Amino acid sequence: MMGRTTLAAAVITTCVAAMPAAGYAQNVIKIGEVNSYKAQPAFLEPYKKGMELALDEINAAGGVNGKKLELITRDDNANPGDAVRVAEELVSREKVDVLTGTFLSHIGLALTDFARQKKFFFLAAEPLTDKIVWDNGNRYTFRLRPSTYMQVAMLVPEAAALKKKRWALVYPNYEYGQSAVATFKKLLKAAQPDVEFVTEQAPPLGKVDAGSVVQALADARPDAIFNVLFGADLLKFVREGNTRGLFQGREVVSLLTGEPEYMDPLKDEAPNGWIVTGYPWYGIQTPEHKAFVTAYQAKFKDYPRLGSVVGYSAIKSLAEGIKKAKSTDTEKLVAAFKGLQVDTPFGKITYRAEDHQSTMGAYVGRTKNEDGKGVMVNYRYLDGAKFLPAAAEVKKLRPAD
Amino acid sequence: MSFSSFIVQVLNGLAGASSLFLVAAGLSLIFGVTRIVNFAHGSLYMLGIYVAYSLTESVGGGLGFWPAVLLSAIAVGVLGAVVEVLLLRRIYHAPELFQLLATFALVLVIKDAALWIWGPEELLGPRAPGLAGSVSILGRQFPSYDLFLIVVGPVVLGSLWLLLTRTRWGTLVRAATQDREMVGALGVNQAWLFTAVFALGALLAGLGGALQLPREPANLELDLHTIGAAFVVVVVGGMGSIPGAYVAALLIAELKALCIWLGVVEVFGFTISFSKLTLVVEFLVMAVVLVVRPWGLMGRPQAPSRHAGTVEAPLRPVDNLFKAGAALLLLVLTVLPALTTQTPYVTVLMIDLLIAALFATSLHFIMGPAGMHSFGHAAYFGLGAYAAALLVRSLQLPMELTLVVAPLVAAAGALVVGWFSVRLSGVYLAMLTLAFAQIAWAIVYQWDTVTGGSNGLTGVWPSAWLADKAAYYYLTLVLVILSMLWLKRCLYAPFGYAMRAGRDSPLRADAVGIDVKRMQWVAFVIAGLFAGVAGALFAFSKGSISPESLHVGKSVDGLVMVLLGGLQTLTGGAVGAVTFTWLHDTVARNTEYWKAMLGAIILILVLLFPQGIAGFVRQIIYGKRDEIGGRA
Repeated sequence: MMGRTTLAAAVITTCVAAMPAAGYAQNVIKIGEVNSYKAQPAFLEPYKKGMELALDEINAAGGVNGKKLELITRDDNANPGDAVRVAEELVSREKVDVLTGTFLSHIGLALTDFARQKKFFFLAAEPLTDKIVWDNGNRYTFRLRPSTYMQVAMLVPEAAALKKKRWALVYPNYEYGQSAVATFKKLLKAAQPDVEFVTEQAPPLGKVDAGSVVQALADARPDAIFNVLFGADLLKFVREGNTRGLFQGREVVSLLTGEPEYMDPLKDEAPNGWIVTGYPWYGIQTPEHKAFVTAYQAKFKDYPRLGSVVGYSAIKSLAEGIKKAKSTDTEKLVAAFKGLQVDTPFGKITYRAEDHQSTMGAYVGRTKNEDGKGVMVNYRYLDGAKFLPAAAEVKKLRPAD
Repeated sequence: MSFSSFIVQVLNGLAGASSLFLVAAGLSLIFGVTRIVNFAHGSLYMLGIYVAYSLTESVGGGLGFWPAVLLSAIAVGVLGAVVEVLLLRRIYHAPELFQLLATFALVLVIKDAALWIWGPEELLGPRAPGLAGSVSILGRQFPSYDLFLIVVGPVVLGSLWLLLTRTRWGTLVRAATQDREMVGALGVNQAWLFTAVFALGALLAGLGGALQLPREPANLELDLHTIGAAFVVVVVGGMGSIPGAYVAALLIAELKALCIWLGVVEVFGFTISFSKLTLVVEFLVMAVVLVVRPWGLMGRPQAPSRHAGTVEAPLRPVDNLFKAGAALLLLVLTVLPALTTQTPYVTVLMIDLLIAALFATSLHFIMGPAGMHSFGHAAYFGLGAYAAALLVRSLQLPMELTLVVAPLVAAAGALVVGWFSVRLSGVYLAMLTLAFAQIAWAIVYQWDTVTGGSNGLTGVWPSAWLADKAAYYYLTLVLVILSMLWLKRCLYAPFGYAMRAGRDSPLRADAVGIDVKRMQWVAFVIAGLFAGVAGALFAFSKGSISPESLHVGKSVDGLVMVLLGGLQTLTGGAVGAVTFTWLHDTVARNTEYWKAMLGAIILILVLLFPQGIAGFVRQIIYGKRDEIGGRA
């Protein structure tokens, strides 16, 4: 009995000791960051490294407004309820100056609303849902990564140029997949009125029955396929598709597949000739990108993924915004971010005043299986600004501040 | 949608059924003999695929694939044996279901261990040597590996059948499935039998995982994705029935293939996407099967377990010591916001702790005193939360009024589910509640126009006078305490006595004129009502609500809380909820590998306090008196 009690006491003591004392530091700017690190490690570990690199560079150059930047990250357990709690914790206990982060769309939206309610500055780094800047957009929320709409809009001209009539659609059955397909159908129909969507498969996220889905798509005899599956679903889909000859003689347009996060695990299964959005880090020759890759590889002995660029650019954006606002006051930050220009590894981006979306773009190209490894070829950078609706249209989409 | 395409889809379904069956067979075997609801079975499956990946990589592909598959199955089997000997064997005498808590902790530990060892990226294994390509069937290319899988399922089924019916060991296993006390009394070493069964179950899970290597990448989501489907198969087939598991796997896999084959269909002008139905088809099957056949397709009524841990002592009126303690706690809770103005986060966290405490207490109410295990309690939490959000957003009801109406919606949900569920018992009841909860989840997840779909609803903030966190804290405190007092009042009312009589001895309770099923139904509704209160409070404290709030993950959290606190102690739910939520918050903030850390802490708690934390405290304070009372 004694042993048990002692052990119990030890456990409790350890837990209490693990509670950190809230620290107050005068000469730092605190960035609070919330993300689903344990649920989405493949995307978020490189993302975190990107943030750390930016932080190092900024602090080595003397910080912002004479203050060092400090990053405090929290895991949201892939759950909006927990995300709001850690956001409250960051704001009230850690006294952070700004909030950023989130990957999953519903968590991004929960924090978007939190920012509105608490009147607190929030830069949504990664979530893709259009609602963050449109339907649920608000004064205090900005977003960095190109949205679902933008990435689909970048692919549609390529899809229309194929002049294929019969299209099959396959997407994960949740908001991201649904809205990507809805946008694709709408924009492609506008660009090519005779288009026909012959079948739709919407497997549950992470649980695609790849064999059956591939079979069903093939049986619909489409000329081309629009795919929104990613991660483990994509790997299963591609392997089954290769085995069953689904992709023979068919064009495939695929969202995000060129991102190293999703492309590299495909290894020798990597498909040839798919039209994709992505990030060909190995071939981008602009000086700003070369500098980024060199610094990243020197620091982490690993190549950057798209997440790295997003994490890096998020911190750079915050630093630029705070510099421009000369303060971390929320209202001044909001004013500063409208039209804010930031230098990123993808070149200069602007945070649009009308919908708070950055104009960061993406690379569009074709995939190629090069010696058992997937790469993008014939790619070009498409500026996000060209794929966003005009101010008048955005105004209709967005609630008034 | 030609006939030939249908035939090929049937073949796809057969291949899928084999994969499902391999995992489910092991789970069914383990449950049948040890009565352990092995939540970590999906993790063992995941380990199987990861280990197979590493082994094939290390031998450089090629023919090394086949030995790698077998070796990884054996490795997972050995791990299963180790887990059984070091962990589960120590807690067989804990109250029923308690082992679930230990296996839940294992899930956390194994997941983080896999992340640490294999990294975050999905790992796509090689194709199987000799079966890499496809054969032509009805003009379609069909993977030869799938043909192999189609054969593997029945082969494993046959081998298991031979093992169970034609060997002495198999006879013992079957005997233990029916009556393990008797097997023990006849001189069979139960401990080793259990170890062997657990190891065999784990081996099958590992084999199932390893055989999937050419079909799907090793990734960290596999554990939870697999466990749900595996449980469904086991329950639909009838727990402990291996042929049943195969039939169920076949049924579910074929239905999925059928849904995918149908795709989007126009019926009477309505567009139905059968493809989207695959999200929930296994749970629909389970609900239907359990309603029609309460013990699964090929299961038999569970033999009453004579052991079931220590028998619970009758509830006693709370004494002065407890009252004094509660009063002191209440005093502390009342002055807390004033004491912590410097650290406002304490108030935020306390709101979450209180809500969790009420949720877990409501679950404890049906699990403990009413004796009905619910694996789908989050449904009522979620119903309350969504009802609150919808009433405020769509009907513009005042927030204060929704706090009253939303729990009624949750109770209405419990009324319907309860009507079906109370006709079942034991694990079948638990799984039926899970099926309904998952169906509710799927509806919420899909019904974009009303529930906001997977994104959920935002803008659910409390009225202005409650915007301050301290004010909301007091509202929560008052509602939670009133709810808890009411639940306690129920337990000491004649209704509560009748309910406990129904749990302890349904036959005798029936004989003295208690309508046991009706009592259980009412208990179900009451628990749903208060879960709804917790849900509504939750929605307004977060400002948004998403499908996670009624997902199986939330239900499992509730179970963990109740078991951690102590199923047989009145305060178990609340104590467990506070411990779990607080640990979660603290550990997640301070450790990178927080899941493993949390899992490890739970494991320590499990080994230290097999009666739960509150049960342990109770034992220290009242141990002597309970003993005397028990003898009297």
